[in-house]
Amino acid sequence: MGRWSHSQLSMDEGHVTHGGTVTLSNALCSHSQTEMATTEVERRRGQLAALSIAAVVIIVGVPLWWRTTETYRAWLPVSQIKEFATLQLLLSVDVEVVFSRGTVSPEQQKKVPMTQTQDEEHRVDENTALKYRYEIRYRTATIMEEDALKQPTASDADLSLHALSENPCGSLVVYVIPESSSLLSEDVDVYIGQKRTAILRLGAQMRVGRTLEQLLAHLEPRIKKILHMMSFSHTDITAALSDRVRLAPGNRENIVDSMRAFKSSPGYEITFSLLNPDPKSHRLHWDIESAVETYVQPLLTKLAPIANFSIDSQTLYYAMLGVNPRFDISRSSYTLNAESLAHVINPVEARLGSNAASSNPVLNFLLYVPDALHSPLHILDRKKQAVHSNAFHSPRWGGIMVYNVNDVYGPEAVLPVDININMAKVMGVFLAQLRLLLGVQSSSPPPGFVVASCSSTGLADWELDRLMWSRSVENVATATTTITSLAQLLDQIGNIVINDNIAEQVSSAVTSLQLAVAELEAGNLGFALQYSKEAILASERAFFDPSLLHLLYFPDDQKFAIYIPLFLPMCVPILLSLIKIASDARQKRREKQAKKD
Amino acid sequence: HTAGCFITDNVGQFFSSGHTNNWAVLVCTSRFWFNYRHVANTLSVYRSVKRLGIPDSHIVLMLADDMACNHRNPKPATVFSHKNMELNVYGDDVEVDYRGYEVTVENFLRVLTGRLPPSTPRSKRLLSDDRSNILIYLTGHGGNGFLKFQDSEEISNVELADAFEQMWQKRRYNELLFIIDTCQGASMYERFYSPNLMALASSQVGEDSLSHQPDVGIGVHLMDRYTFYLLEFLEDIHPASKTCMNDLFKVCPKSQCVSTPGHRTDLFLRDPGSVLVTDFFGSVRKVEITMDSINLTSVVSHRKEEPAANGELQKEVYSYSDQLPVSEIIHQKPKQRDWHPPDGFILGLWTLILLVFFQTYGIKHLKHIF
Repeated sequence: MGRWSHSQLSMDEGHVTHGGTVTLSNALCSHSQTEMATTEVERRRGQLAALSIAAVVIIVGVPLWWRTTETYRAWLPVSQIKEFATLQLLLSVDVEVVFSRGTVSPEQQKKVPMTQTQDEEHRVDENTALKYRYEIRYRTATIMEEDALKQPTASDADLSLHALSENPCGSLVVYVIPESSSLLSEDVDVYIGQKRTAILRLGAQMRVGRTLEQLLAHLEPRIKKILHMMSFSHTDITAALSDRVRLAPGNRENIVDSMRAFKSSPGYEITFSLLNPDPKSHRLHWDIESAVETYVQPLLTKLAPIANFSIDSQTLYYAMLGVNPRFDISRSSYTLNAESLAHVINPVEARLGSNAASSNPVLNFLLYVPDALHSPLHILDRKKQAVHSNAFHSPRWGGIMVYNVNDVYGPEAVLPVDININMAKVMGVFLAQLRLLLGVQSSSPPPGFVVASCSSTGLADWELDRLMWSRSVENVATATTTITSLAQLLDQIGNIVINDNIAEQVSSAVTSLQLAVAELEAGNLGFALQYSKEAILASERAFFDPSLLHLLYFPDDQKFAIYIPLFLPMCVPILLSLIKIASDARQKRREKQAKKD
Repeated sequence: HTAGCFITDNVGQFFSSGHTNNWAVLVCTSRFWFNYRHVANTLSVYRSVKRLGIPDSHIVLMLADDMACNHRNPKPATVFSHKNMELNVYGDDVEVDYRGYEVTVENFLRVLTGRLPPSTPRSKRLLSDDRSNILIYLTGHGGNGFLKFQDSEEISNVELADAFEQMWQKRRYNELLFIIDTCQGASMYERFYSPNLMALASSQVGEDSLSHQPDVGIGVHLMDRYTFYLLEFLEDIHPASKTCMNDLFKVCPKSQCVSTPGHRTDLFLRDPGSVLVTDFFGSVRKVEITMDSINLTSVVSHRKEEPAANGELQKEVYSYSDQLPVSEIIHQKPKQRDWHPPDGFILGLWTLILLVFFQTYGIKHLKHIF
């Protein structure tokens, strides 16, 4: 506006004569003063505008942008999770040692009711430490127990002792009988019963005239061996920790055991399949429903604290083995040798199928009835001996049994022949394989030990206890590794959204883990297993939650490429005007300084 | 001590590899007719892996699967891997787990890390455990540090390395063999940092992987060079063979492949000279003889008494179980759909109506709006 009026003035002045030049210059001076005043106002207004825009951008814009682009991350109990990075497990076992009549003298009997605690410490690696605590309670036998121990054989004594009291899981009772007792045979020192009891016979050197301490010292090594067999040994526990601790290959047997048994899982599926390659000759009937109910279900009910099992069965026709058996003249039968067994499974597996709805591990048990042309079929072991059970199993997969039917019918029989399969024999083999695949070790007992034969369910109580110990430890180890690696992952990748349900699962997993470790310390095996199962379920659910997918990965150069076209055109004028304001202010200050001087 | 790869006895083999099952994840990341060769690559590897023993339940096959029934395919329902139409790798027993638009980076990472929604069926999951050896084969178009998925998205080598690390944390594999046949394939395994990974690529950074041969009848290139020679190598492998990985590294030298194949074994704990090819490509099971059995005959006597008490036999009544909840579907309420702003057509229509209105009733009303 100023310039416009000035040029108008100059146009008017063009008509004025040269006499008016002084007035013109005066007019010009006054006009430029007002001009300077207006420009000053302008400048101030401009500065104010730039400053306020910059203020709005910084105070309102930047926080708004930050809040709208951050990812939602619910709070996780990180400090408690860090505590689990170093795991210190205390496993506590209650043992009762009962002295029957004739083992202790009357004055010692008065001293006998006492308790001893033994601790064993092991350091597995820098993050994991184990401590075993054995609380041994000594007492004398009651009258009813004495009567029970008077039975003729050890197994009868065992049965009557069970009738007297139920032992909670995880605990053990050892009955000490005098050397003169005839309950156990000559070369047997220890009898391990079907439930949680063992009968131990004093050695010959422990006669009258020894002190209580000597007696206890004599008993100790054998009690230790009993404990290693009936509850847990250090090798079992370290094998169960394999998720946490990658151990160097130690004993070969232990590696095979750990490779063979399925990992701990909340459920398993068992499939029984009957393979009939020759329906023209054999019409097979197997009463699988009642066989499962009679033989298999009791075992699975007993294993219910450990996992859920679902069973199905099928019959496959025209399913051949992938290997051609060779005829062995010396045995007059067809044979499969051990090396070719490995290739049998694959062609069959493609036809087996599985339950599409669940992701539980599947145990397959196949019963193969050879066709009429290749009967009888025997499996040879590495020493070329026929295997008694005629069956083999594959680690973490299942088992196959070959059932020969050539002796059921003669050459003149009318084909197809109806054949009823003897399910007791079949199930005997399958149950043995099932035990191995689930991790029930069948290591040979130490010398002088006799183990009672399996009960009708196929699993002794102390074997269940062993399984529960190793499963609890395995669950705790796996859950701690899962939780710690999840926390580490979420920490590392700042872009993953952590929803509330994941935080909830993690918190409940941490709580269950703490409870499980506490129950293990207290010696309550049942509760410990239950809490450890809850912990592992919650931690797996949290880790494998579909929402935790790391899809928001942007490399830094891409981030710049997105934000620069948006923010740069806006920020450059603001920055430049701020710089201009600052330089003007500095200049004014310098002028003021110069005026003062 | 054994020199070379001959393993003396089966017991030794049991401990040498430490795995009890095998899985394979085979991914073809391109679609469209001119990428025929990538589908043929993947299907040929699928065939070899099946031939050597890995069952379909342990193979996760991800293909766009738009070749066999493509309108431009002169021989419908076939995918050939050799010129003169010698070998049809499609056949009638291909089980594709992820097809069409399901082959995305997200699904691939979900399969690897196991973070699938609970409704995913078993055949679409990688249910491996800590004793599984996994073979991962990727083919398609790639660049320096990324692999293109279906022409619309890409996976970077950092994401792949992170996915493998998550698999390791959860012990979802014992050993993993990663094979990639794309341009600049070696860049995809540069960032791996988890243990027990072995990687093979068809070309180095800066090189292109080339295709092998076109077929005049079909009109496109049928295979890539690296996979072609890899398959020739695998033809000589049978389930019991003892060839080891050092021979696999020599497949397709520069004279045949034009690009330089590369491999990476520094993260692998075992010596590659003692690793059998069938440890990854086949599925050789470990077996043990069952020595004991349980004597169950004593139980039968207890049970036999029970059915006698029942009296007559009860016939079980079978009924057809509901496969599909038809009544629920019929009577379903329509789902609440999110509100979307009106389409362009509706907007144009309303503008037209408004203009006509103002035209008839006078222009003076318009200035109140604009």
